[in-house]
Amino acid sequence: MSLIPTIGLEVHCQLNTRTKIFCGCKLIFGGQPNSAVCPVCLGLPGALPVLNREAYRLGVRAVLALNGQPAERMKFDRKNYYYPDLPKGYQISQYDEPLGRGGWIEIDTPSGIKRVRLHRAHLEEDAGKLIHDQSPEYSHVDLNRAGTPLIEIVSEPDLDSSTEVYEYLTQLKAILKSARVSDCDMEKGHLRCDANVSVRRSASDPLGTKVEIKNLNSFKAVKAAVEHEIERQTAALAAGEVIRQETRLWDDNAGRTVAMRSKEEAHDYRYFPDPDLVPFHVDAVIVEAERQAMPEMPRQRRRRYVESLKLSDYDAGLLSQEREVSAFFEDTAARLGDIKAAANWMIGPVFAYLSAKGVTLDQTRLSPDLLSALARLALDNKMSFQAAKDKVFPEMAESGTAPEELMRRMGLEQVSDEGALDVWADEVIRENAKVVEEVRSGKDTAVMFLVGQVMKKSKGKANPGKVQTLLRSKLSS
Amino acid sequence: MSSFDLRHVARLARLHFTDAELKPFESQLSKILGFVEELKEVNVDGVEPTSHPLAVANVFRADEPVQSLDVEPFLARAPKARGRFFEVPKIIEDRS
Repeated sequence: MSLIPTIGLEVHCQLNTRTKIFCGCKLIFGGQPNSAVCPVCLGLPGALPVLNREAYRLGVRAVLALNGQPAERMKFDRKNYYYPDLPKGYQISQYDEPLGRGGWIEIDTPSGIKRVRLHRAHLEEDAGKLIHDQSPEYSHVDLNRAGTPLIEIVSEPDLDSSTEVYEYLTQLKAILKSARVSDCDMEKGHLRCDANVSVRRSASDPLGTKVEIKNLNSFKAVKAAVEHEIERQTAALAAGEVIRQETRLWDDNAGRTVAMRSKEEAHDYRYFPDPDLVPFHVDAVIVEAERQAMPEMPRQRRRRYVESLKLSDYDAGLLSQEREVSAFFEDTAARLGDIKAAANWMIGPVFAYLSAKGVTLDQTRLSPDLLSALARLALDNKMSFQAAKDKVFPEMAESGTAPEELMRRMGLEQVSDEGALDVWADEVIRENAKVVEEVRSGKDTAVMFLVGQVMKKSKGKANPGKVQTLLRSKLSS
Repeated sequence: MSSFDLRHVARLARLHFTDAELKPFESQLSKILGFVEELKEVNVDGVEPTSHPLAVANVFRADEPVQSLDVEPFLARAPKARGRFFEVPKIIEDRS
């Protein structure tokens, strides 16, 4: 049975502030347990939260970057539930008057560009961290993370497949990083995701019963969990079962979702306005300033690369995704004065090196200055492209040494000197009488064999183009 | 308010009552709900709804770090602690 899946995502993203959302404790990662805490984030009675202006500003910026509308008025509500990582017994979140509404994210699908609509975005505080592996009887609570500013971005149920889900998350991350809203460091849990999945028989049917999947900590996990859940629901319907509205946890090791014990009060959060926080009216000055200061988004950049730089859509897509990569590419192209060559160097050797090493550009010794200098040496035939790519580039990326020095040290300077080439060419013609005869009698491809022999004599340093021209002129005379 | 509702609300608040203790709340809470019903009679045409009694909005703090507090005294007052951690009965992943 083939059913139509419908997926909506809730993504929690950590905002890039220095301090927590409602108190002045620093945001730290991996520090001493409970070292960045105060009465507000410990949830002590009488402590009062005050909103971090930067969290609001970054939130507004995120809403604008996602084509949404910052709300005229927003307020904070208490979401009540008991869990040991939540010291107050409630999470400060936003219920009916969130930070922003609407917007969309464009994703690539096999049938073209698709706009995934966004429902809303709101601000909230993160909970603390529970550690379960220290003792068989007790769990341990570290509240350094409690009070970390998050923006939750809720999509409309516009996604049809796990592939679209993955693409949506990739685009969302690129946008939030480009807008400098968040570092989006997955390792540090900056992006976390819940997925709502349902299936139905035909597109004209109403949406099926939705199941919420939690505990998704990587894009891969989201993709796998959504795939698994679609299969599970499809099989259940085929067997004549009814899908229950429930929350399921993704077990990454087992590769399946498991039902959470359904408690009648599980979703009874009893939201009510937090009396400790006053309402907020949209600050038109902040909104306008953010609109003006908005950096170029990856999609705009991709369009610009295609339209002004004449790159292929595929190349433009690869080079526009990350701000750091784009800036590096554009700087290299400007120094080199050759857009296509700069793009090829980035997409070929640079990307291969980054993925082999598992690093980002800023973790290497590479710079636009070095890369453009190396590309220039190859373009000017000072050395072969092959030697530049295979020998000099890896060494330059490791050590940050100037490419000219490496080329000399490695003895890779290409020989274009007519005298030396002449001697080699004559030798080769003498030593390969049979092939020479073939060329002379019209078998043009045989000339490449002779070029290869000259290259061999030169130990790869001869300029192959010049060698070919030289051989042809000698053999045609 | 029915006793079922009361039990539900008590459970959400992690309050444990015997039936005898719960009984008086029934009438008391019903009375309170009655008072709120009475408020509904007030004419509020043309009055803006509000979520906060203070006529104050947009109170922010700057994103400047302040010195966090030494957690020791708070750990000492917690029901249980170990090292620099608060300690709670084992939380088992909530699955069936």
